[in-house]
Amino acid sequence: MDTTKKLTISPRLAKNFRRNFIERLIEFGLLSSGMIAIFITLAIIYTLVSEAIPFFQHVSIIEFLTDTVWTPNFSIKHYGILPLISGTLTTTGIALFVAIPLGTITAIYLSEFASHKVREIIKPILELLIGVPTVVFGYFALMIVTPFLQKIYPDLTTFNMLGPGIVMGIMIVPYIASISEDAMRAVPMAIREGSYAMGATRFQTAVRIITPAAISGIVAAYILGISRAVGETMIVAIAAGQQPNFTFNPVESAATITSYIVSVALGDLEHDGIGYQSIFAAGLTLLIMTLFLNILGHIARKKFSERY
Amino acid sequence: MAEQKNNLLSKNLGLIRSLIVKQKRYDYAFAGLGMFIIASLTIALLILFIDLVIDGYPRFTLDFFSNFPSRRAARAGILSAWVGSSLVLFVTFFAAVPLGVAAGLYLEEYAKKNWFADLIEINVSNLAGVPSIIYGLLALGLFVYGFGLGQTILTAGLTLALLMLPIVIVSTREAIRAIPIHIREAAYAVGATKWQVCLHHIIQYSYGGILTGIIIGMARAIGETAPIITIGALTFIAFLPPSPIGIEPPFLNFEWLNSGFTVLPIQMFNWISRPQLAFHVNAAATGAVIIMLTLLMNGAAIKIRYNIRKKIKW
Repeated sequence: MDTTKKLTISPRLAKNFRRNFIERLIEFGLLSSGMIAIFITLAIIYTLVSEAIPFFQHVSIIEFLTDTVWTPNFSIKHYGILPLISGTLTTTGIALFVAIPLGTITAIYLSEFASHKVREIIKPILELLIGVPTVVFGYFALMIVTPFLQKIYPDLTTFNMLGPGIVMGIMIVPYIASISEDAMRAVPMAIREGSYAMGATRFQTAVRIITPAAISGIVAAYILGISRAVGETMIVAIAAGQQPNFTFNPVESAATITSYIVSVALGDLEHDGIGYQSIFAAGLTLLIMTLFLNILGHIARKKFSERY
Repeated sequence: MAEQKNNLLSKNLGLIRSLIVKQKRYDYAFAGLGMFIIASLTIALLILFIDLVIDGYPRFTLDFFSNFPSRRAARAGILSAWVGSSLVLFVTFFAAVPLGVAAGLYLEEYAKKNWFADLIEINVSNLAGVPSIIYGLLALGLFVYGFGLGQTILTAGLTLALLMLPIVIVSTREAIRAIPIHIREAAYAVGATKWQVCLHHIIQYSYGGILTGIIIGMARAIGETAPIITIGALTFIAFLPPSPIGIEPPFLNFEWLNSGFTVLPIQMFNWISRPQLAFHVNAAATGAVIIMLTLLMNGAAIKIRYNIRKKIKW
């Protein structure tokens, strides 16, 4: 038997084979691009954990979580993360104190009260504000907001947590407003109409019907805002001073987790020194905090999307 | 009897009317409050931006863009910063865009709805929420020391690409999801393969939306400071990287990838951190440049999106 004849495939089929092969190849290429996301996550966890392990061999976790002094780069070394966490929580708290009321009211106004025309103007402005770089907000906090606060409260030092906290709050308003508004607009019109038909006013509908109906979306927006504030770096690095200070007093200067990382990175980094490892331990703490918040936000959003 | 009933009715109606009028006051009050908050926020930010421009105004000269940073504030400029920013963004663009679009395309068009696609999806949305400084730590541990790339333009470009990737993926997916299924069905019906459908139809129609995401991502990358400081790139740079275009063949050289650099926000941060007021003027001028760049880019993105919404009717 002539074997070669058996192996020749019709040109149409041959073309199909090549075609299928290329299709598979492309699908594989696209799949690998998609898997990049998984690789990045793994790389983040691996880098932070592998650099933090030598740190925790040197410092016990109990000391890390309970000591109230953080001086890894001084001669007398203390490794308590609490001062950094207190700074992070204080600035975040001030930011939320500003951002949650302003953001929520803006969202309710845009979703339930504003005319179509007003909304078309305000929404793009909000999106523009989300794009403003944080280093510029840091400049505002240090050069404009803090001097202004000093006029009201003369004892305020140049570096404090109040000014950057307020600026951070203003920075977060567009995030909270934009996402909460989306959640409120997703509430079906029929629910609104039902409320109006019962004789409720706009305000009653907005506060008693729409807000509860959209609450999980609104909560997700708050959580995203908290997560932004916790991870915000440049505003606090510029305007809050970079000295770790275990205090919740907003008029004092303090360091946050992020601004500590910046202050170490600004100096000469000794690779594999304890100072170098300490920023990875701090980073790991930050990652765990934001991861926890992101998961909470995810759960809130899941609940929201199941609603209707 | 009937009159009594009518009286009662009108009395009740009056009660209800006055109740509604009373409740309506809250409507007006809240509408006023909402408008007041939005107006005061916008005005406050406008004042801040105008203040920034006024502070930096004395430095808006041609020299400012063509001088290197200097110890003397009045002679310092942002030449190395804007050249550095452009080169870093160039790397970021070529690293993040192909990967991001490919990943978005895979997730929307190819991925079957199984645990693996869910895993990728969860990872993408998680990465979008990771603070930028964490990417800086990743780059410090992995790119700078792990791969030994050092504090170079390549490292910075890749770091910013990691930050930009989730934005590109999400916007690609949103743009693709808006394309109705019958476009795909028509293409398959005339014998197109999956890749042909993607290349000739899906990418073509989602082009605008993808572009919007890319511009927003690039605008974010321009202003991003923390991750670049974290990789240890805050140095005094008074030179330009080697030119990417040579006069001799092969005309392109890639030495600039391994060059030290500075970028606009780092230069600004550097000047803010100095105690002398003269440098703060430089910082304000640099800030104004960054703001204008990001506002222009974001504005363009919003405009493109608006045009798409208006133009496309499936």
